[in-house]
Amino acid sequence: MSTIFKQYEGKIPQQLLDEVKENLPAKITDAKLKKILEEVQQEYDAAVVDSGECVGLVCAESIGEPGTQMTLNTFHFAGVSEMNVTTGLPRLIEILDARKTIKSPMMEVYLKEPYKHGEDIKKVAEKIKETKFEEYIKEVTIDVVESTMTVTLNTDRMDLVDIKIDRLMKVLSKSLKGFTLKKTGEDILEIKSNSKDEPLKEVYRLREKIRTIYINGVRGVTQVLPVKRGEEYMIATAGSNLKAVLKMDEVDTTRTVSNDLYEVEEVFGIEAVREQAIREVIKVLDAQGISIDIRHILLVADAMTMAGHVQGISRYGIVKDKPSVLARASFETPLRHIFNAAMIGERDPLNSVIENVMLNQPVPVGTGLPGLITKVKQ
Amino acid sequence: MAKSRSRKKEDELSVFDPSAHELVPKHEKLSDKEAKAFLEKYHATMKELPKIYINEPALRPLSVKAGDIIRITRKSRTAGETVFYRGVVDE
Repeated sequence: MSTIFKQYEGKIPQQLLDEVKENLPAKITDAKLKKILEEVQQEYDAAVVDSGECVGLVCAESIGEPGTQMTLNTFHFAGVSEMNVTTGLPRLIEILDARKTIKSPMMEVYLKEPYKHGEDIKKVAEKIKETKFEEYIKEVTIDVVESTMTVTLNTDRMDLVDIKIDRLMKVLSKSLKGFTLKKTGEDILEIKSNSKDEPLKEVYRLREKIRTIYINGVRGVTQVLPVKRGEEYMIATAGSNLKAVLKMDEVDTTRTVSNDLYEVEEVFGIEAVREQAIREVIKVLDAQGISIDIRHILLVADAMTMAGHVQGISRYGIVKDKPSVLARASFETPLRHIFNAAMIGERDPLNSVIENVMLNQPVPVGTGLPGLITKVKQ
Repeated sequence: MAKSRSRKKEDELSVFDPSAHELVPKHEKLSDKEAKAFLEKYHATMKELPKIYINEPALRPLSVKAGDIIRITRKSRTAGETVFYRGVVDE
């Protein structure tokens, strides 16, 4: 029996073979099995896209039409009012155009044992979040006579992320050039200007500056949100920095992802981008309740990653690489393409569809694709 | 977000092996013999293949040079598993 299956490997996809195997009756003769597989292959071959089929056009229509029905709004992240997520048409355009800067970069940070069971989840989340000095300040007072600033620290907040006052002072002193930093109590810091002329003015200026000093966390992550997904806990973030987050000990490096395609490309490579683009598109469509055949999305993702780096479906992306001048001109900014082509004397071999449509010739699609070859009698 | 997107820039993360990540499918290098047979089977030339850059994160565990062919075994949503090929290029 297995030898018969072997014969069909490569002719029928493995998934179909497995399905046949599963659904076979317990006893079956080789002849009958052969007949079944033959029929399966026939059906499969009939379902395969014919060569010359204009899949791109069908794909564009199939994504374009449901796209008109999508909402233009962003909606709020489940339960949390502050987290805005780009969805719907704007997000779809973002993905397909392969925008360099996306409106709401996000990460899904999965955690290793034991953190994924919710242990210290808040602590880990706070560790990921980019924290400025502002958040550790309880109170700031300025002594006008002495020209000193006294900062009372928020110890609750410090305990949450396990940061000690010495560590804070170390980080602060790096960015406090021209000031003297002194610890005057358990949670009190005193800052004095070294400047001779206008120490008070300096101190006032510092009061604003000191709030924005980066202390700890992953740069770029502005919000964190522990979420329970199924059995385990993970952390959704607003702001993305895969490189930094993957270096953390608590983070599961096999599942953590970002929705920024360029970041995924840099860290995981082009194949990961293809997969992530598909997932992101599906996510958008699912949220809108739109169903598009997955094959169209696969085709788009393949086209976007064909060149080895991410390319959007735009005149700077995949259209730029089209060999035909007329094809490029037909997409966007036609005059520029035609001028440039004229300047360098480009040739157009008219191999593709759109240029032949322009020139009113049969297009190389479907039955227009094959040419005739005659055997000359000798 | 100050991050460099330069493909060439090396940093500490270049030691990170992404092949364990769920987004990354299996990458294998074809031997010279396999590569020749592959090109013959599909009547293709290296130039016509989809490309993959030589300094790709996913290629770090393999030792490849420009002109190699990479076989990528993807999990497919429609066929269970599919095989895809990319030709290695240097920029």
